[in-house]
Amino acid sequence: MKVPVLWMKDYVDINDIDEKTLIEKLILTGSNNEGTHKGAAALENVVVGHITEIKQHANADKLSICQVDTGDEVLQIVTGATNIRVNDYVPVAKHGAVIADGIKIKKGKLRGEVSNGMLCSLEEMGYEKSCIPKAFDDGIFILDKPYPLGMNILEALNIDETVIEFEITPNRPDCLSVIGMAREVAASFDRKTQYPKGVIKSETGDAHDYATVEVTAPDLCPRYVARIVRNIEIKPSPVWMQFRLMHAGMRPINNIVDITNYVMLEYGQPIHAFDLDTVSDHKIIVRRAEPNEVLTTLDDKARALNEDILVIADTKKSVGIAGIMGGGNTEISPSTKNILIEVATFDKSNIRKSSKELGLRTEASSRYEKGVSVSLPPIVVNRVCELIELLGAGEVIGGMIDVYPEKREATEIPFRPEVINNVNGTNLTLDEMIEILQKLEIETVMKADIPTAVIPYYRLDLEKEIDLVEEVARIYGYDNIGKTLPAFDAWGAKTNAQRIEDIAKLELIASGVDEILTYSFVSKKDLDKINLSEDSILRNQVTLINPLGEEYSCMRSTLMPNVLEVLARNSNRKIENARIYEMGSVFLPKELPVKQLPIEKKMLTIGCYGEHEDFFTLKGIVENVLGGLGITGFLFEKEANHPTFHSGRCANIIWDNHILGTLGEVHPIVCENYDLSTRAYVADLDFNILLQITNEERKFKAIPKHPAVERDIAILVKDEITSYEVEKIVKETAGVLLESVKMFDVYKGKQIPDGYKSVAYALIFRADDRTLVDDEVNVIFENVLKVLSSELDAQLR
Amino acid sequence: MKAELEQLLKRAKSDIEVARNLKALDDMRIKYLGKKGEVTNILKGMKDVAPEDRPAMGKMVNDVRETIEVMLENYKEEKKALEIKEKLAAESIDVTMPSKQLVRGHKHPLNVALDEVKDIFIGMGYKIAEGPEVDTVYHNFDALNAPIDHPSRSLSDTFYITEDILLRTQTSPIQVRTMKQQKPPIKIIAPGRCFRNDEIDATHSPMFHQIEGLVVDKNITMADLNGTLDMFAKRLFGAQTRTKFRPHYFPFTEPSAEVDVSCFKCGGEGCRFCSGSGWIEILGCGMVHPNVLAECGIDPEVYSGFAFGMGLDRIVMMKYEIDDIRILFENDIRFIKQF
Repeated sequence: MKVPVLWMKDYVDINDIDEKTLIEKLILTGSNNEGTHKGAAALENVVVGHITEIKQHANADKLSICQVDTGDEVLQIVTGATNIRVNDYVPVAKHGAVIADGIKIKKGKLRGEVSNGMLCSLEEMGYEKSCIPKAFDDGIFILDKPYPLGMNILEALNIDETVIEFEITPNRPDCLSVIGMAREVAASFDRKTQYPKGVIKSETGDAHDYATVEVTAPDLCPRYVARIVRNIEIKPSPVWMQFRLMHAGMRPINNIVDITNYVMLEYGQPIHAFDLDTVSDHKIIVRRAEPNEVLTTLDDKARALNEDILVIADTKKSVGIAGIMGGGNTEISPSTKNILIEVATFDKSNIRKSSKELGLRTEASSRYEKGVSVSLPPIVVNRVCELIELLGAGEVIGGMIDVYPEKREATEIPFRPEVINNVNGTNLTLDEMIEILQKLEIETVMKADIPTAVIPYYRLDLEKEIDLVEEVARIYGYDNIGKTLPAFDAWGAKTNAQRIEDIAKLELIASGVDEILTYSFVSKKDLDKINLSEDSILRNQVTLINPLGEEYSCMRSTLMPNVLEVLARNSNRKIENARIYEMGSVFLPKELPVKQLPIEKKMLTIGCYGEHEDFFTLKGIVENVLGGLGITGFLFEKEANHPTFHSGRCANIIWDNHILGTLGEVHPIVCENYDLSTRAYVADLDFNILLQITNEERKFKAIPKHPAVERDIAILVKDEITSYEVEKIVKETAGVLLESVKMFDVYKGKQIPDGYKSVAYALIFRADDRTLVDDEVNVIFENVLKVLSSELDAQLR
Repeated sequence: MKAELEQLLKRAKSDIEVARNLKALDDMRIKYLGKKGEVTNILKGMKDVAPEDRPAMGKMVNDVRETIEVMLENYKEEKKALEIKEKLAAESIDVTMPSKQLVRGHKHPLNVALDEVKDIFIGMGYKIAEGPEVDTVYHNFDALNAPIDHPSRSLSDTFYITEDILLRTQTSPIQVRTMKQQKPPIKIIAPGRCFRNDEIDATHSPMFHQIEGLVVDKNITMADLNGTLDMFAKRLFGAQTRTKFRPHYFPFTEPSAEVDVSCFKCGGEGCRFCSGSGWIEILGCGMVHPNVLAECGIDPEVYSGFAFGMGLDRIVMMKYEIDDIRILFENDIRFIKQF
């Protein structure tokens, strides 16, 4: 809401308060500042001048040479303007002047003729083109009457005014008005708001003799007030009114339209004026539009209406869309003689709906849809008539048509002072509260010994005791409320699941894996890209009704596409290696179409590529994570059928018959789908299961006191024998004295028959209670060899 | 014999002085003091010495032996020190050469900041609550006193799965769930992903992160809210940070406020980060609306509470001076490795 400060001062005396104090105080009482600017630009040396002579420029068809009297001197100024005449008073930018956008004006020559300055347009004085009256749209601003020559133009017109832009929260539509903001200022500085009187000095006749109003849809129009003005003379409104409108961001049109806009800005109540002589039978009917009814609105657009839209009509046609925009057929024109001033209340939801449906949002509709008090119309219509009389724009007819079937009573809210203090943490007395509420024009009466607040008509947001709690708090000042901490005992902690997540992340970070975060919504095509079969369960996806685009159209059912995409992005940016993980939710519908909330499952997906990465580095990372979580006894079982992975380089991680996850080298076709030109590796772990089997128990094991005995073994086995099988036999056969067995070499090639491989293991033996002797170990070792040979057909090399 | 001894001592001295290294010194020890060494040889000649001269002569021989021993020992230490010095000198490196690359991972900056916020609130006695990203219209709007025709409910603001199921637009549904499941006292923060129907650009992302807080008990006041958030701001942005509570409007709290902190870049003087105002808006808060408490089964006549919420992405962007939100979700590891 743009509030011109001089205008606001009409209603509240704050001449002793500077603008900085004003703005800062209002921020603290709830009207946040969204910017401050001057109505006009910071003009320098722009003064009132009087054109005494205009001559055609001899060397330029489109230029004229003016003599302009600025009091102390007569300046010759060359101009291209065509809207000036001798005797006009105009703004003159003299040599050395500064106009809008900081442009400096210097004297010079135009086609051989001296020009000692410039005549200014409103745009050059700093006004937005959209606010400038049509008459001065394209030319010099001609003053309405003589002003002292040489006087600073801003001073002469009294338009040196600051405009403060306030942020108005949706609960305070009453503040979308200059008076509304004046009230906030008055409450903030403990002043009294002075309202316009709305008194018409001379009125004759009775409006009811000139027009009738019928409301057939009182649910959508609780109140309709009208007054009649006759013998209108359409002309420009006075300069002071035009500039106030421009400062508030509105374009002046003519006296009648300007008055309705001016009063709308004053009170926040939309107003419409109809040319009464174009209203058939002088009868206004407020009704729902007929199906397929069409109305051409003021902006010359034909609007298709329907029965949900409320219209203002006469006996023959609709003449306006209620609360949104008037019709062209009853518009005020230069020849208008008699008008009907409409000030009505419309249902806010209906206005919002209609405005949205029509794609038509206006100053009026945006106010109506936020809510306008049903008590405003009589006050406002009188104010309009007061100004019409004051400006000599027409003869006000006596009486007021007021269709108001259901009178609204003033809201009364009983309140408990202790509740106000308890919620706010304050210690105010009832009297102090009453005093604060009075600043807001809220009177307190005692009803059966209970303090009861009588709410002013314009405060539609105040309905309950808690609303008064807030009013007291904000006027008392949030910064005057103390700073304490909640008094109850509570211990802060993470849940077990949250701690386990932290442990897993720590293991990942320590393993050199970077954390990524990707969108929860993905493209349906992602599952094709990772090669998933048509009947994969992950194809059951939760889809959005209104996605940003196909790319973001369904909730992810796996993190693998997201991880692959990030790997590809990094690789394509020429980053040589990357290790990344994401821990996040996947979404699995309970049924399709979705009826209940989907299952959200936490997944941990790790990916890597780079010169030193292979299946086994990724396996190492996975083992670090599982180890960190105290999970033991898991196995890697070859998986040849997962479509996302290389069929020879993929494994499931098995723990007690559960699959904890899958890891492997990414299938070359999948890499191709992601435009990944390097081998990549991905592990996809079900973190919900990991959470359940995490084991944080640790038991100390003594550091060995006795030396170990080491034996290496190299055997020739068939290709298909897995390392796991060899290790299993070694462990089972060697028994308790075997401390560890670890493969250290695999060899195929020369001297190794086809279909065989040579594998070498280091076996470490140790006893807790003594130093082992060779003989003891030799016996075990021989036995291991024997069993390997019988079970796996292994040959010692 | 005496002359012979003096000669020997003189020779030994010069021999030891010219010995170049520890090995040469050791050779000298063998030459003079070894089993077949020169001193030993002289001792062998003692049998030719008159018995009455023997003690004196014996002492003389021993003195010579000791002198040589001490000389050898001294020279040995000197030589050893010298040799170590030479070795170290030869092994000198350029310490400004690059380090060997150790692999370590980095958390995403959003989680780095989130961890910091979590730590602060855990230290103040809060627990961390979580909830689903896909939630009901009821939890996200209805239970939070959001007007039925509020624009935020529209398809142009909120992503819907069905008429009743949506992607949460705030983490407030976690508050609702917590209040419905747990009796007061409640003291939680609720971080998480949120979604709004915004086209992606430098300052908008359809997915973003919020952290909300909720405290409900008997006698919780606006002063408690002021004190809590003031302490939080001082912990997160530094002890000198000041807070400003501005009255505001949210449907789910009353009284409501927006909180500005004194600009942590300029300290409040005014700079480009705070657009010259000296203040940066970081969160919205207020006393939980009685309608919300009642809807969640908590008697507003008995209990009161406060709630607050802030955008994690915005805080991260301000803190690290990131000017484009898209980089947070691009996951270029050169970006992530900076945190």
